[in-house]
Amino acid sequence: MRVNVTVNGRPRQADDVWEGESLLYLLRERLGLPGSKNACEQGECGSCTVRLDGVPVCACLVAAGQAHGRDVVTVEGLAARAGAAEGHLSPVQQAFVDAGAVQCGFCTPGLLVAADDLLERDPDPSDADIREALSGNLCRCTGYEKILDAVRLAAARTARSGQGA
Amino acid sequence: MDFLRPARWEEALAAKAEHPAAVPIAGGTDVMVEINFDHRRPSHLLDLTRVTELYTWQDAGDRVRLGAAVPYARVIERLAGELPGLALAARTVGSPQIRNRGSVGGNLGAASPAGDSHPALLAAGAEVEAESVRGTRLIPVEEFYTGVKRNALAPDELIRAVHVRKATGPQQFSKVGTRNAMVIAVCAFALALHPDTRTVRTGIGSAAPTPVRARTAEDFLNAALAEARCWDTGAPVPPAVAAEFARLASAACRPIDDVRGSAAYRRHAVGVMARRTLAWAWEQHTTGEGTARCA
Repeated sequence: MRVNVTVNGRPRQADDVWEGESLLYLLRERLGLPGSKNACEQGECGSCTVRLDGVPVCACLVAAGQAHGRDVVTVEGLAARAGAAEGHLSPVQQAFVDAGAVQCGFCTPGLLVAADDLLERDPDPSDADIREALSGNLCRCTGYEKILDAVRLAAARTARSGQGA
Repeated sequence: MDFLRPARWEEALAAKAEHPAAVPIAGGTDVMVEINFDHRRPSHLLDLTRVTELYTWQDAGDRVRLGAAVPYARVIERLAGELPGLALAARTVGSPQIRNRGSVGGNLGAASPAGDSHPALLAAGAEVEAESVRGTRLIPVEEFYTGVKRNALAPDELIRAVHVRKATGPQQFSKVGTRNAMVIAVCAFALALHPDTRTVRTGIGSAAPTPVRARTAEDFLNAALAEARCWDTGAPVPPAVAAEFARLASAACRPIDDVRGSAAYRRHAVGVMARRTLAWAWEQHTTGEGTARCA
């Protein structure tokens, strides 16, 4: 079947999509967007988290056909969405780099999308809010402390730049 | 495999009548796992995400008619007042990503004994609105679960909504798992006080082939609370009554040993949760205060 979907602001089309295929497979294997990671394929790990019509979801649990006519944002689209210049990172991405929140990097795209959604909804989240928002994203390297640091850092920087503006 | 995309409910019913083996899919949190792992290769997937009315709910007097595909996130945000037990259960489902997609209708369709909604629906009192091209019927939720991952739907029926009785008193939900997120219940227990009828109802999850009410425990407790005039006086539930209630709740289980826990552990834990949820709900009832505790 044919699937038309807007990904990171661009209309995309894929043909010969298998009906049982996931949105994750569509993104990675047909649309050349390997940022969303494929790990558990059962919604446990959050590595494939994307925004579907603005809502964070596990792309492995969305049938590709369900994304037809919908709007998807992946990790590849975060910088442009945040208004970052070409070749630059979004504030959340930069904070992950600066806080050392990336080790092997496999869980990072999903965490970035989830953290980006949290800070959009709540620019000044409590630690409990951050833990809750990231509770569906597993990391097996860092022990989460630096990831929490990164989200706090991104929130603090956004608050500062907001005051400066 | 065919992917059916009805835009309207009537089209969905017609498609299900034409292809009774079609698997309905909304949030995909169960169905896609089965497909990803090659456990299921349905001839047709029936995508319900374009049928907008499934994502709405209506006030129906003493009930809420909850559209089958309303995500858990909406239940938590919008319905915690009318359906506090279901909202508590919804909070324990998966993760934010899963709660954004999964729904009570999906829980009912899958009919896993471990589904988090079921104990809360049993305790509150609910009916499943099943519809086909032949018509609509309301199935009491107690009769809906017919076996492990089996339900009372006919092959041509779809779940349109679930009618849940609005709370008239405190409701509690407790679930045992290894962490606070991404947990399939080892076992779960829901309890609802119904001061209007001076009754207590319960629901047990993941400790029998289907979700069940602990009816003997309910009957005992209802009689004991009446005899001790607790509803009149607001006196605490006598400890001996609470202990016997817990024992009977435990006895209502028919658990198995599996990777998540042993049968003996489940029986024990259900008794503990029965006693605790009763104490929390009764305290809320008699003090009029909400309690926020880790279950």
